Amino acid sequence: MTTFTPLSSLIGGLLIGFSTLLLIRWLGQIAGISSIVGQLWTATAGDRGWRFAFVAGLMMAPLLYALVTPLPAMQIVTSTPGLIVSGLLVGFGTRLGSGCTSGHGVCGLSRLSLRSLVATLMFMLTAMLMVWLVRHVLVAG
Amino acid sequence: MMVIVMAWLAGVVFGLGLIVGGMTNPAKVLAFLDISGDWDPSLAFVMMGAIAVGFFAFKAAAKQSRSLLGLPMQLPAMKQVDRKLVIGALLFGAGWGLAGFCPGPAVASLLVGGSAVWIFVASMLVGMALHTLAVRRGWL
Repeated sequence: MTTFTPLSSLIGGLLIGFSTLLLIRWLGQIAGISSIVGQLWTATAGDRGWRFAFVAGLMMAPLLYALVTPLPAMQIVTSTPGLIVSGLLVGFGTRLGSGCTSGHGVCGLSRLSLRSLVATLMFMLTAMLMVWLVRHVLVAG
Repeated sequence: MMVIVMAWLAGVVFGLGLIVGGMTNPAKVLAFLDISGDWDPSLAFVMMGAIAVGFFAFKAAAKQSRSLLGLPMQLPAMKQVDRKLVIGALLFGAGWGLAGFCPGPAVASLLVGGSAVWIFVASMLVGMALHTLAVRRGWL
């Protein structure tokens, strides 16, 4: 169980939106994490630097955050086999579907893209279904 | 050089947004997805905040042919809803609901989250590589 945090979540969302603005306005790129990461090695040499720089910034964010205030709790409840299956599904699925929560859910919806609307509804629904299965059918049943 | 600096900065701001918003805690993500349980709707506010800024960012970007650093605008040209999009989104959703990790928060947690995060991200990279392999072999 976690607490409802509308204000900090809204502020976090505004920061994410600001990051998409930086990328599209200065670099002309979409802030889609699965595409940025998925093309780290397959991208052409000239198209690779910004991807590594973005990923480096993303990885350094918690270290910078922790300089100011302690990091919020991180609770991982999934077993190792569960994490492996989940990672494979997320990796393959986001590449096949051309995006994840950021590329489709934030950038695509901001652009009013029909493809992204369909993708976002699909992955939200299956994710909710999966949580329901794991928490209320397999465990409770 | 400016390209690298701006990309790095965008990564930092994105990561801070994920942390402040609560996305880096898989338990909170799962609580958001658990609508029939102890539902925590916080993450809907992350999406609202992000789209509130993103909407205007992309609206302005659509009018430009080049970015401020002179690079071409890389906006997706695909308009068609096809089978790959739908199946990919279904697989991603299943994985997201299983552990509460999507790509951004997982990568942002690598240096602070311990071995579970590395296991997830390594598996995710394998999944991505399998997709690349499947495309190259002509299976997809």
